Amino acid sequence: MDDVINQDGTVARELKTGTDAEVDMQSTNESQSRGTVGDIYVDDPRMTCRNVNVYYGDKQAIFDIDLDIGKNQVISMIGPSGCGKSTFLRCLNRMNDTIDVCKVTGQIKMDGQDIYDGALDVVPLRASVGMVFQKPNPFPKSIYDNIAYGPRIHGLSDDKQHLDEIVETSLKKAGLWEEVKDRLDQPGTGLSGGQQQRLCIARAIAVSPEVILMDEPCSALDPIATAKIEELIDELRENYTIAIVTHSMQQAARVSQRTAYFHLGKLIEVGETDQIFTAPKHRLTEDYITGRFG
Amino acid sequence: MVRVEKGLARRYRQERNFKRLGLGAILLGLLFVSFLFISIIANGYTAFQQTFVKLDVYYDPEMIAPVGETDPEILSAGNYGGLVKATMRELFPSVTNRRDKKKLYGLISTGASYQLRERVMQDPSVIGQRESIWVPADDDVDMLIKGHIDLNLPESDRRIKDDQLSWIQGLQEDDRVEKRFNKTFFTAGDSREPELSGIKGAASGSFFTLLICLSISFPVGVAAAVYLEEFAPKNRWTDLIEVNINNLAAVPSIVFGLLGLAVFINFFGLPRSVPMVGGLVLALMTLPTIIIASRAALKSVPPSIREAALGVGASPMQTITHHVLPLALPGMLTGTIIGMAQALGETAPLLMIGMVAFIVDIPGGAMDPSAVLPVQIYLWADSPERAFVERTSAAIMVLLAFLISMNLLAVWLRKKFERRW
Repeated sequence: MDDVINQDGTVARELKTGTDAEVDMQSTNESQSRGTVGDIYVDDPRMTCRNVNVYYGDKQAIFDIDLDIGKNQVISMIGPSGCGKSTFLRCLNRMNDTIDVCKVTGQIKMDGQDIYDGALDVVPLRASVGMVFQKPNPFPKSIYDNIAYGPRIHGLSDDKQHLDEIVETSLKKAGLWEEVKDRLDQPGTGLSGGQQQRLCIARAIAVSPEVILMDEPCSALDPIATAKIEELIDELRENYTIAIVTHSMQQAARVSQRTAYFHLGKLIEVGETDQIFTAPKHRLTEDYITGRFG
Repeated sequence: MVRVEKGLARRYRQERNFKRLGLGAILLGLLFVSFLFISIIANGYTAFQQTFVKLDVYYDPEMIAPVGETDPEILSAGNYGGLVKATMRELFPSVTNRRDKKKLYGLISTGASYQLRERVMQDPSVIGQRESIWVPADDDVDMLIKGHIDLNLPESDRRIKDDQLSWIQGLQEDDRVEKRFNKTFFTAGDSREPELSGIKGAASGSFFTLLICLSISFPVGVAAAVYLEEFAPKNRWTDLIEVNINNLAAVPSIVFGLLGLAVFINFFGLPRSVPMVGGLVLALMTLPTIIIASRAALKSVPPSIREAALGVGASPMQTITHHVLPLALPGMLTGTIIGMAQALGETAPLLMIGMVAFIVDIPGGAMDPSAVLPVQIYLWADSPERAFVERTSAAIMVLLAFLISMNLLAVWLRKKFERRW
């Protein structure tokens, strides 16, 4: 986990200035919710998060986050290491459930349904909110089986032919089909890093999710592979809602429509990507994107 | 810079010394192992050969049964011992004295009469005929031929007396003495006579014991490891269980023997000396090894694989059975094989449950009394006959061969299924 709040001297000082700034902003009434600057609402939300807090044991990692994630939009989450952006992302498909000490409070709704409702099963949730991880993690199986695994366990295919179609369309959507169509039976782990990551995206697409979460999907890739993935994200926006955590501000600027800036577990500023990168309203956001820290 | 360079020589010297130390340790280890192997092989290789004597037997109808008799009961009741003696008397007609005759008969193993009986039972038409047959020599003769008897000793200190020596010489001149492959060693059970004893009884006992042990400890061990690693909450109780499993792995094996004696034999009333009880006791003993190895194997499956499976919506159960277990299985199997090898070589707990008994019959199942290989070695090592010395070493060789092949299998499995992420 890289989302551990790091409280060394410098960051603590920034926090102090940050709080001052928040007070300023609140007094000018530009903020609409709990210290977040900018518009947290969108007209057509796929997911709505209200008052989300996350605790690792006694430590609180995320504080009172309110955020809407719009349909067919790419929202990027940026911020310094340990700011809680990955933790927040993992709340959206309840991946944090796998960590024993992790506790999530507040409300996260997807299409009006509370995903932390006890009655809701986590398996269909994860089928409709797919995830791509930081490090490409294909199963040590064939390329075909990597893609077919999700549809198989969810019973999405009627027969072998249908499954073949799902595999093909998923790989085509992930832009990998041309590269691997002749070697579907070879292990997925034998592909290059960029190909593996696109394989993981194809695997997520194969179960036809509505939302795809990406946790720094390009941090282990070279620039060419990164460019391919970014292109892919742009294409996928047509059919899917995408939330992406990234360390690269250029990447956030290139692929996303909205950007959320996190700092020490708090959501500092949300807004249109252009606005965040050209005219940030909060001092912390400005400091971060101008490279004064981070 | 100068200061750094000054220290450099010392650093490199330390490195060299450290390397030498490690190399020395390995060489020392190799030396001991080679010494062990050389001494065992040098002692034991002769056991794979056995001296045989050619006898021209006349299947005397008076001693066995009338010509044409086929009833097995009558055939088996024949005086085959007398047949061997008559043949020996015929070979050395000069021996007339009763005491000398006894010494003469002593050259041939008592197994010879069984061999003749078998021959007749198989083919009753040989009755009344004469044929040459190779029968095992007595273990003392065998030792003499293999050069283990010091002829410089005074006669009274030797197992082979002077007149016996001359008879053997006569047999040798007649080309009636030959060393042949010792099939008996691999096909017979234990015996008081070294030349008739073999390891098959002990080997089958070991086989049944390990079979019981494996079929209990593997499923139980893997299930326990999966539960502890994947499902159990991390709290004080699971910590306690973990500590106890580690403790169990360190409990002296004889304690497990006592436990087996108290629980399986005294409480559940299972019979003594049977592979069933042996297997149960060894299963208790190998369980901690298997659990610990299996947990390590499960831990070594990278979390990214679990996340990947959970991320596409697999249930925890599916994540484990589809992804984690297949990846952990080689490690689990390796641990199990090593545990089995340990169980195969275990002696102490089996002594406690009576598997140390002298058992001649080859067991046909897990409920037949039997010995196991290491206990057989222990029993033979205890026997005074010189011929048992080489048989002990030979049995050790067989046991080591099994152990080494099991360990090789473990290494092979690990290499074959090793995956890279």
